[in-house]
Amino acid sequence: MEKFVRLDGLVAPLDRANVDTDQIIPKQFLKSIKRTGFGPNLFDEWRYLDEGYPGQDNSKRPLNEGFVLNQSRFQGASILLTRRNFGCGSSREHAPWALMDFGFRAILAPSFADIFYNNCFKNGLLPIVLSEDNVEALFKAVEAKEGYRITIDLENQQVIPETGDPLTFEIDEFRKHCLLNGLDEVGLTLNEADTIRAYEQRRAEQEPWIFQ
Amino acid sequence: MAGKTLYDKLWNAHLVTEREDGSALIYIDRQIIHEVTSPQAFEGLRLAGRQPWRTSASVATIDHNVPTTPFKSASEIQDETSRIQVQTLQDNTREFGITEFGIGDVRQGIVHVMAPEQGAVVPGMTVVCGDSHTSTNGALACLAHGIGTSEVEHVLATQTLVAKKMNNMRVSVEGELGPGVTAKDVVLHIIGVIGTAGGTGYALEFAGSAIRSLSMEGRMTVCNMSIEAGARAGMVAVDDVTIDYVKGRPFAPKGADWDKAVEYWRGLVSDEDAVFDEDITIDAADIRPQVSWGTSPEMVISVDANLPDPAAESDEVKRSGMQRAYEYMGLTPGMPVTDIKVDRVFIGSCTNSRIEDLRAAAEVAKGRRKADSVKQVLVVPGSGLVKQQAEKEGLDKIFVEAGFEWREPGCSMCLAMNPDRLEPGEHCASTSNRNFEGRQGNGGRTHLVSPAMAAAAAVAGHFVDIRELQPA
Repeated sequence: MEKFVRLDGLVAPLDRANVDTDQIIPKQFLKSIKRTGFGPNLFDEWRYLDEGYPGQDNSKRPLNEGFVLNQSRFQGASILLTRRNFGCGSSREHAPWALMDFGFRAILAPSFADIFYNNCFKNGLLPIVLSEDNVEALFKAVEAKEGYRITIDLENQQVIPETGDPLTFEIDEFRKHCLLNGLDEVGLTLNEADTIRAYEQRRAEQEPWIFQ
Repeated sequence: MAGKTLYDKLWNAHLVTEREDGSALIYIDRQIIHEVTSPQAFEGLRLAGRQPWRTSASVATIDHNVPTTPFKSASEIQDETSRIQVQTLQDNTREFGITEFGIGDVRQGIVHVMAPEQGAVVPGMTVVCGDSHTSTNGALACLAHGIGTSEVEHVLATQTLVAKKMNNMRVSVEGELGPGVTAKDVVLHIIGVIGTAGGTGYALEFAGSAIRSLSMEGRMTVCNMSIEAGARAGMVAVDDVTIDYVKGRPFAPKGADWDKAVEYWRGLVSDEDAVFDEDITIDAADIRPQVSWGTSPEMVISVDANLPDPAAESDEVKRSGMQRAYEYMGLTPGMPVTDIKVDRVFIGSCTNSRIEDLRAAAEVAKGRRKADSVKQVLVVPGSGLVKQQAEKEGLDKIFVEAGFEWREPGCSMCLAMNPDRLEPGEHCASTSNRNFEGRQGNGGRTHLVSPAMAAAAAVAGHFVDIRELQPA
């Protein structure tokens, strides 16, 4: 997994609540057996005017000029600012893969759907929960100034906007540790293989049918 | 000390270790695998030179992008990318020694139909799958939830998950359900009450006399849509209905193990003095047949009502969401639900494709005909075994005589990864679980309903109140 320590990036505002994973990466693109290459089809139904399908040349497709990520001022954005319950719906990890592949490394929102939130951390994408008021203030600030940037300091758990006071955010210690060091979670867990085996032995005595 | 909830008990029984930083490892008893969210996980194992921890813990099948027209081998799947995924699952399960119910196997079907049907899920288990509707399996008093592909790999390699305990929420539905009100209407109503993010961070237990009165299949329908209320996991406590359902299924314990298991399973209920972080009670008498009108499952309303007015919504974020939904759906605030015309009908999905669902739809279809204005009515059984049973009962003939299409098992038009899909602008009465933009096909407009309501809409060409349907 890619490390995440500190990020200074351009902010793109996506002013919608309940953005679901079908919107983030439509199902026809889930047929890939790879983890990469989803970026051109991130928010496909909003970004393009035609219907997308896997393997096509996206550079030739008609763009929806009104969609925020197509506007020149947000090109190169690495921080997505959005509304409550981002990432609701399916468990597809293709959603964080697509966001990462497009260039996002952090998402700021008042809340996230559970499975999506979890999936982000497995990929070095940092979802940050801020209050509704703080998110609203950031939307206004981003709207007001072209090229608005934010710095994210994971070590100190701070979002530092170009204007206004730094905002502190919460994050689980374990997730923070994995992100800061880019750790392989499977490898970490396998360090505890003996504990897992001991647990299995206990369970097998109580519920033998589980292990048949 | 306060008593324990069902979720507390399941959590405690599966806790392998708690780390100093507050994270925990929980043991996973059963992993269900399908073709869409597993290829990258198997590839991860290969790249790291790892083997599955316990192959007997996994069971696989193909569902998301299989065609629902007959086919005998992967090479007959027209869509190349779908074909590769189906083939890749077959290759991976063979390489790693995992049981797969593949093409031509009568046990093949939608993951969450197949697993309980086979007894591959029994009470007290932790169950995961790279699919958010894994919560379906919680109907058997399991801790069952969806996971991402990295976690699929983690479970394959370690048989555990890094997890954090969720909070407890109970939704009790008390009283008797009215005529025409099904499990689907119950769960849609619940989502309408608590909202699409109301269950975020919670493990949901469905309780109360109305839930108890549901069959196991009905309980699966309710638990299935927990995620549409934001909750990863939904569950129902063990009772006789649970035990009777599991008994005799191929993977279920047998002989002395069965008796021991039943004794243990009887304890899988929340203690009377258990405390829930959230405790909601709903009066069953308030629940009428439901129809979703918007692009989020919480945008749902009773069939006898008129569509809501966004201007009356005080929350600005919700209001703009409603306005956008009206635009996408091509509907007007204030119009009666029964004025919404449908172009296609889909009866199927992990929510509503079991035998009781098909019986309910057939009861409405019997002696009636699809309206001429309705282009297509798809009936897609949840598994090969459901299909077999339906044909034994003659349900397929009823559907075909009504002008409905009788198909092969799979996820089909629930998410339109196979050729079954809506055209832009079409309205669909669908027994599936999500009405998101484009879910059933680019530009498609989904209305979530029960199987009986879907069949009634197919016959009438628009939504009708199932309680007012005249005899055929």
